[in-house]
Amino acid sequence: MNNAGPVPALERSEGVWHAAWRRFKGDRLGMVSMAIVLAFLLLIAAAAVGLVAKHWQQEVGVPNAPPTLMGPAPPEATGAIEQPKGPNVDISDIDPLAPKYKEWAERAKQYQTADTVKAETLPLGGDRLGRDVLSKVVKGSQISVFVGVLAAVVATLIGTLLGALAGFFGGKVGDFLEWLYNVFTAIPDILLIFAFAAVFGRGIGTVVVILGLVGWTSLYRQVRAEFIKHRTREYVRAAEAIGASTTSRMFRHILPNVSHVILVRMSLMVVGFIKSEVILSYLGLGVPVDQVSWGTMLADAQGELILGYWWQLAAATAFMATFLIAFSLAADAWRDALDPKLRGIE
Amino acid sequence: MAGLLSIQDLKVAFRMGQRNGVVQRAEAVGRGAVGVSFDVAENQTVALVGESGSGKSVTAMSIVNLLPDNAERSGRVLWRGQDLLQADRPTLRALRGREIACVFQDPMSSLNPVFSVGEQLIEPLVTHLGLKPRAALARAEQLLVEVGIPEPTRRLKAYPHELSGGQQQRVMIAMALACEPKLLIADEPTTALDVTIQRQIIELLAKLRASHGLSVLFISHDLALVGEIADQVVVMRQGTVREQGSAAQIFNDPKDAYTRALLACRPSLAEHNPARLMVIDDHIAGRSAHGAAHAKNPDAPVLLEVKALAKSFWLKEGLFGKREFKAVRDVNFRLRRGHTLGVVGESGSGKTTMGLTLLRLHEPTEGEVLFDGRNLLTLRDAERQAMRRRIQIVFQNPYASLNPRFTIGQTLVEPMTIHGIGGDLTEREQRARELLGKVGLDDRAFGKYPHEFSGGQRQRIAIARCLTLNPEVLVLDEAVSALDVSVQAQVLNLLRDLQDELGLAYIFISHDLAVVRFISDEVLVMKDGEVVEQASAETILRAPQQEYTRKLIGAVPRGWTPAAV
Repeated sequence: MNNAGPVPALERSEGVWHAAWRRFKGDRLGMVSMAIVLAFLLLIAAAAVGLVAKHWQQEVGVPNAPPTLMGPAPPEATGAIEQPKGPNVDISDIDPLAPKYKEWAERAKQYQTADTVKAETLPLGGDRLGRDVLSKVVKGSQISVFVGVLAAVVATLIGTLLGALAGFFGGKVGDFLEWLYNVFTAIPDILLIFAFAAVFGRGIGTVVVILGLVGWTSLYRQVRAEFIKHRTREYVRAAEAIGASTTSRMFRHILPNVSHVILVRMSLMVVGFIKSEVILSYLGLGVPVDQVSWGTMLADAQGELILGYWWQLAAATAFMATFLIAFSLAADAWRDALDPKLRGIE
Repeated sequence: MAGLLSIQDLKVAFRMGQRNGVVQRAEAVGRGAVGVSFDVAENQTVALVGESGSGKSVTAMSIVNLLPDNAERSGRVLWRGQDLLQADRPTLRALRGREIACVFQDPMSSLNPVFSVGEQLIEPLVTHLGLKPRAALARAEQLLVEVGIPEPTRRLKAYPHELSGGQQQRVMIAMALACEPKLLIADEPTTALDVTIQRQIIELLAKLRASHGLSVLFISHDLALVGEIADQVVVMRQGTVREQGSAAQIFNDPKDAYTRALLACRPSLAEHNPARLMVIDDHIAGRSAHGAAHAKNPDAPVLLEVKALAKSFWLKEGLFGKREFKAVRDVNFRLRRGHTLGVVGESGSGKTTMGLTLLRLHEPTEGEVLFDGRNLLTLRDAERQAMRRRIQIVFQNPYASLNPRFTIGQTLVEPMTIHGIGGDLTEREQRARELLGKVGLDDRAFGKYPHEFSGGQRQRIAIARCLTLNPEVLVLDEAVSALDVSVQAQVLNLLRDLQDELGLAYIFISHDLAVVRFISDEVLVMKDGEVVEQASAETILRAPQQEYTRKLIGAVPRGWTPAAV
């Protein structure tokens, strides 16, 4: 808004977000967590554009190839069946295809055949088809985090909009939205998820929609409470007195003042939704079979674990835990940085 | 009189986080090497007076260490010879409530809403005096009688929200007195209360002091109030003591320029009304603020005429029932251009509701508001928007009335954008800057956020925001009540100047009769939603017709008078 020509440049003070960033920078744990989250996001971006983990579906290793650290699996014991001795039995006189063998062998010589050498070990091991677990887990991060973030955005949009309407207007509108909220919270989440999944079918979009539609309720209550609190504040009254419209008061005046609540709540939802996606995929309601997420990897691991192939489980769990813990800590640090009441307490 | 409490060279600083590895400290009490020292003798009332930020509350709270964890104290606080700064927690805990009791500003938030009054009163009796619950209950009832609460038996079972503000403060005092302390620390105990209730509480404190022989450390920003109750007065400013002495000495012969300024900058009921109030800087610079009162044209055109204005709220009762609560009833008045109408009354008298209804921030139930001959209450939206420009409001709390996420520039430009004033952004910004200058603020304020300004500055910004629309009527809803006396004087002077310059008409809503007298031409006295008296400001003060008006006038603190001692 500072495009004035003749007037000298103004000194602008530090805004709320600047001040929060300054406080955030002082939080060492928060900064480390934030760095981890950013590293994950970079990795995910790289996976999305195909720089890494593009060929996660290729069977590059032997089935259930162990991690490199453990060394190749010992050759399987072939059992005690004894090799028969003596010459091969000649069955060419009763084999109707016998005359063709020579011809086929000639023809086969025209083609080059190369046996792909499958790796005995892979960095983080392989799954039952011999796919690289490292590629899988990177690609899985992309899907899981994408689903979690997008679902959180959907839920935040729904929750913020409805919460703002219910809190600002109250009365009949508020009553109706409260009723809607009560209906949604009265049904167990998992049941609601099954119902939506049955209707929409399987797919990433479905998972996002399901989680968004189920998850908006907690944010709705919080935003509604904030709007009820703020709508009678004097600065909102003052805006009304100068003739600001209802929309402007709701979204230009009040919303920025409650945005920190929404942001923190949203970050918590990201964590929750990533976990929900994992559970959904584990139950077979999540991402389709031709894609991979942390959830489908955990579902695969169920069968492998019995056979002693633990590495897929370990990789998915480690990635998920690292990301979620870093994300939660970073969100917590942001909350502290945004809350001016905590200032001065070292 | 033996010394009870002696504060010697006290300094308090708050740690404010680290920057570049160095711990930042904010000095709250004491500046540099200078600390705060004063004594409280037995059976004596000592008043700590100062404006907000002077460190008076921090000084008092550091006696029993009720400060936040990031406070660092140094110096000596001697309680009967024992240094409380060195005392360990159990010693302090035994002292708190038992020998040194506290009463705070806001009784509503000092009482626990989920316990009955009786339960809260018994607690100190049981923990400190070791009484059995039955005996404690009997003692609690006695205490309520002592602080003058009617029907004490019934009140013991009442919850805090069932009591009025004055009664809540009486309960707080009863709790403080429960263990017969030697020192009562009263931190602005009457600031949140109406003037009439304030008078009762002050009288109660004086009576209790005499009957119990206790000492009182009374903290207040109001020098006139302090003059009525204190033996010794300590005037503080910016963390240091400016002057201390007996009340007679402070009021009759103030030595310090700041004390003199504090005494002078409050409008008074008794003296002749000056055209402008003295402000602190005038005093310290030795200037005198003069200028003849601007004579007002008694035949100026009538701008606003209110007829039979009423506003009701519907309260739910039972399952289906509704009860009408008449917040404002049958208000009639006329306001001429360039004149000021004062509206006084206690809290709950409907004066703020009346102001909000005028702007249609509340929808009125009935009545007419004629602005330049057109009824504001029946206008359609488009016309209403145009009329909005002409009548504007300034709210009480300068900390809440500016959007904390808007820069001052945004705050000032927004109304102009909504109403299409000024051709483009550059023009609007230019105008916003001019207005900032007009209300006495620096051009640099434009890019800053509200939290960087003091209360008085924020109130100036709020006034500037109203002025962006070139209004003709300003509703000032307790616009100076939350400000310190010196700042209050500056804002009142500003309002006067703006009225003279722009011909604004004010509706000045306040509970403070002295301020209303200073600025108003005509005064409405409201009680329970009704106007009980309406006359010119001088008439109301010299010859009040109603008992209620006389009570309001009588309750205004008069300062130190020789007879009062």
